[in-house]
Amino acid sequence: MAKEDVIEVEGTVVETLPNAMFRVELPNGHRILAHISGKMRMHFIRILPGDKVTVELSPYDLSRGRITYRSKS
Amino acid sequence: MIVLRSQREIEKIRKAGLIVAEILESLKEHIQPGVTTWDLNCLSEELAAKRGASPAFKGYHGYPFALCTSINEQVVHGMPSKHRQLREGDIISLDFGVMVDGYYGDAAITVPVGMIGKEARELCRVTEEALYLGIRQALVRNRLSDISHAIQEYVEAHGFSVVREFVGHGIGTQLHESPQIPNYGPAGKGVMLKPGMVFAIEPMINQGCAEVDILEDQWTAVTVDRKLSAHFEHTIVVTENEPDILTKR
Repeated sequence: MAKEDVIEVEGTVVETLPNAMFRVELPNGHRILAHISGKMRMHFIRILPGDKVTVELSPYDLSRGRITYRSKS
Repeated sequence: MIVLRSQREIEKIRKAGLIVAEILESLKEHIQPGVTTWDLNCLSEELAAKRGASPAFKGYHGYPFALCTSINEQVVHGMPSKHRQLREGDIISLDFGVMVDGYYGDAAITVPVGMIGKEARELCRVTEEALYLGIRQALVRNRLSDISHAIQEYVEAHGFSVVREFVGHGIGTQLHESPQIPNYGPAGKGVMLKPGMVFAIEPMINQGCAEVDILEDQWTAVTVDRKLSAHFEHTIVVTENEPDILTKR
């Protein structure tokens, strides 16, 4: 079968949770649990509620994701 | 999510798998110079109908045929055609799947047409061996990527390369289920394997570079350098003991 890649979407952080986890709201209204990518942790990029972020979703578990980018605003 | 199959379900998948194995065996006997890939496609449909099985690929994401026939530089998803006759020295991959009673079986073999070159023979041998080495890693308490790693290591030790764009897959009540099973990667990653997981493992191995192109028909994948590619596949189930091959006669 053809390899399927992860799904990338834009979202807004609504809540910060312990262990560098965040609640992110997607444009379709769904709220997912997202962790922050290792690279972003290394570079100490802070994420606050209200930030626009890019989230990668796993095709298998659409309720969890990984934040890979925080848009500058 | 990976579904664990009950014994009853595994027997149903085995039933589909056996039909696939039998049909591939009959197709193999018909391989000779002058036969068109269209003939093979018709034969596969006929044999499936005779056994009360529906071809799994036909109509899948719009694929119009029952069989995939990938010759020489074609990696996978080669489309049968009335205009493509087999020639002495070709290698052809036959990829076939059926659905019986709601359960799927999927397998592929690469077959020589008449006498083939030494390098082509070596490519086919290494690809088939890599498939079996991968299957041998489908053990309880191993991880998914142990399968991937075993395949890549063996193939690259022989100077061939692993196609990245296509992967093995879970199978059962659908043709393609999770997980995706790449034929490359480090060992010890991914989910822990459990009895009842059913996988279609399918290394696609190129003689030259690993990159592939998709032709204008949107299906046929060919090697970028147009060198040969081989493909073998089995549907297997992880058990408490050795993995059980479900597409074997």
